[in-house]
Amino acid sequence: MHPSLESYVLLSALLFVIGFFGVLLRSNTLVIYMSLELMLVAATLALVAFSQYNGTIDGDVFVFFILTVAAAEVAVGLAIIVALFRRKQTILVSDLDSLKN
Amino acid sequence: MSQILFTLFSLFTVVCAVGVVASKNAVNGAMCLLLCLAGVAGLFVQLHAYLLAFLLLLVYAGAVVALFLFIIMLLDTQGGRAWRFQGLQLAAALVGLGLLLAGLNLLAVRGRLPAPVPVVSAGAPLKNYAYQLFTTYLLPVQVIGFLLLIAMLGVIVLSKRFDAKGEA
Repeated sequence: MHPSLESYVLLSALLFVIGFFGVLLRSNTLVIYMSLELMLVAATLALVAFSQYNGTIDGDVFVFFILTVAAAEVAVGLAIIVALFRRKQTILVSDLDSLKN
Repeated sequence: MSQILFTLFSLFTVVCAVGVVASKNAVNGAMCLLLCLAGVAGLFVQLHAYLLAFLLLLVYAGAVVALFLFIIMLLDTQGGRAWRFQGLQLAAALVGLGLLLAGLNLLAVRGRLPAPVPVVSAGAPLKNYAYQLFTTYLLPVQVIGFLLLIAMLGVIVLSKRFDAKGEA
């Protein structure tokens, strides 16, 4: 007996929301970034499940692109965080408010 | 059998995801992320997406988490408040929770997803991926290539030190 598509969608939504709460409620930029990755992985899980249960390959190919974009995004984001740390000596989002006002 | 495996993998994944968000130490968070990605790769294998499971482990667990750990060690951030339960964030979190519950309710009450094709195929062969990538998705592949190039250049520029005259 195979797990139903609903259970995969449910799991994907759950992972996405966990990541969402991490982005909203944590103050360390690196942890926020990891939560973002979690949200991306949740989306890929839903894509793969839908693709498999519909007998197509388009979702799988899309996950390729998502993986690539995520890798590029992580590289650029972490470089920005390092540059920020060099300048302000902090990566807590509460201290990064120079654009406010 | 497959149901039991699914339950095990999903429980493992969710617990590790909570670990990513809740752990006080960022290194522990990165380790939890690693385990969580391994769990998702297991789910991919269950969905017969073997290539994607392999790529997920290679790209995410291999490269991305290693990069995260590297940066965490480099910055060595301790102290400060780990959580921020302020008005706006809390309100947004509650709205998100409400939306999730509404969506789950819809899924449970009348969300009969279209009757799925039974999973019997042994996964798409590699050739199908290649065919799709080189025919239907040729333009996206090119665009992704440029994106990677631009990201590489951006990272080089961002991590270089410039003096007052703008010289590297």
